[in-house]
Amino acid sequence: MEYYDSKDLKRFNEVGTFSKDLMKKFFDYYNAAVGEDGALSKREKALIALAVSHVKQCPYCIDSYTTQCLESGADPEQMTEAIHVAASLEAGITLIHGIQMHNSLERNGAL
Amino acid sequence: MSQVTVLKQKDVPLDRTHQEEYNFYKALFEKEIDLPPTKIETLQINITKLCNQTCLHCHVDASPKRKEQMDLESVNRCLEILEANSEIKNLDLTGGAPELNPHFNYLVTEARKLQKHVMVRHNLTVTIDGNPVTGESKKYLPEFYAENQVEVISSLPYYQEYFTDKQRGKGVFEKSIDSILLLNQQGFGKEGTGLELNFVYNPVGAFLPASQQSLEADFKRELHKKYEIEFNNLFVITNMPINRFKQQLKRLGAYDEYMTKLVNAFNPSAAEGVMCRSLISVSHDGRIYDCDFNQMLEMDIITDHEPMTIFNFDYGKLVNRKIMFGSHCYGCTAGSGSSCGGITA
Repeated sequence: MEYYDSKDLKRFNEVGTFSKDLMKKFFDYYNAAVGEDGALSKREKALIALAVSHVKQCPYCIDSYTTQCLESGADPEQMTEAIHVAASLEAGITLIHGIQMHNSLERNGAL
Repeated sequence: MSQVTVLKQKDVPLDRTHQEEYNFYKALFEKEIDLPPTKIETLQINITKLCNQTCLHCHVDASPKRKEQMDLESVNRCLEILEANSEIKNLDLTGGAPELNPHFNYLVTEARKLQKHVMVRHNLTVTIDGNPVTGESKKYLPEFYAENQVEVISSLPYYQEYFTDKQRGKGVFEKSIDSILLLNQQGFGKEGTGLELNFVYNPVGAFLPASQQSLEADFKRELHKKYEIEFNNLFVITNMPINRFKQQLKRLGAYDEYMTKLVNAFNPSAAEGVMCRSLISVSHDGRIYDCDFNQMLEMDIITDHEPMTIFNFDYGKLVNRKIMFGSHCYGCTAGSGSSCGGITA
């Protein structure tokens, strides 16, 4: 058995098998939030989605939003910058927890 | 009622490219769309398959090794057709690099004398590279185009080097920029000159193009910022799943995915505006086709049991013909549509 078969993305609808209404609400919300120009362009949304896909390490989303980025006019340079934003946020988020560590060190009388 | 709507499902014509799973006639049938020719206002001629470039996506399979050239007799016959048919307002020259046909300058100047609007699908780099076989310089082209008030339509896949060189070959972007600057010097693309310079964008790989409007704004902003380049319009076209690009899709294992994407993006409004309704395409050997893609697939227009050519040209028969469709036609009807002049919807 293989995990993360790329063909499974096309079966996304099947998740609604036992809860069609909720799945429809999700897709309506998802398509409105990501798939249409709004205050942000579709390209900006695709770049954000690509960054989030990397943070969440979802192979389906990475495939899908790589294509979405290209089809909305983004180029590999912009896409790479987007994942660096994600990576730097992740690094920063890890490092800011160092303050929690310092607080704990203080409580332990070690700082 | 249109010709297609009266057909029963079982009567849907077979796909002309023998790919029933992507039969274009089925889409027309399901949406009750008929697409007869409306008029012939553009004569597009593929006057040579010789090119100084070998682009990844080229549906003509053009390259420096190709030898096909339209001869002088055929060139003169095309001029006779232009003269005799006032409905045909435009001459659209393509290739290969059309400038590499030895009769190119003659054809352009004579067509201009006939008051025809002349468009040239100019790859930009031929001005810098010259003729790859004879070494003849083509540096005169920007001035020649200005003198003859030619509309210059040039492929530029992106406003950055990476995508452009990936699709069109190493060094193409830099040479293209040099060539565009020469055209700008002649007044092309500048307001008030009447000299039109339009660019063509097509995706570098197996994906659909972004919106024409947003890409045009990006191209204008970035090319002006970096190089002070000016141009009129950006035409966005979809890559046709035939010949070299089809082979690339097959190599990537992406052919079916790409075709499914095109089929799912079928847009009836885009279909209404397909270019084959108002254009005919002539090959270097004088045969007439519904479009340049049908030409490359050798889908001859048959009238009176023989292929239509410039030598048995008949406007009435052509405008009353049935356009032949194949699976590749989904490329022209996906999303906002695609034609030699950009989107169709």
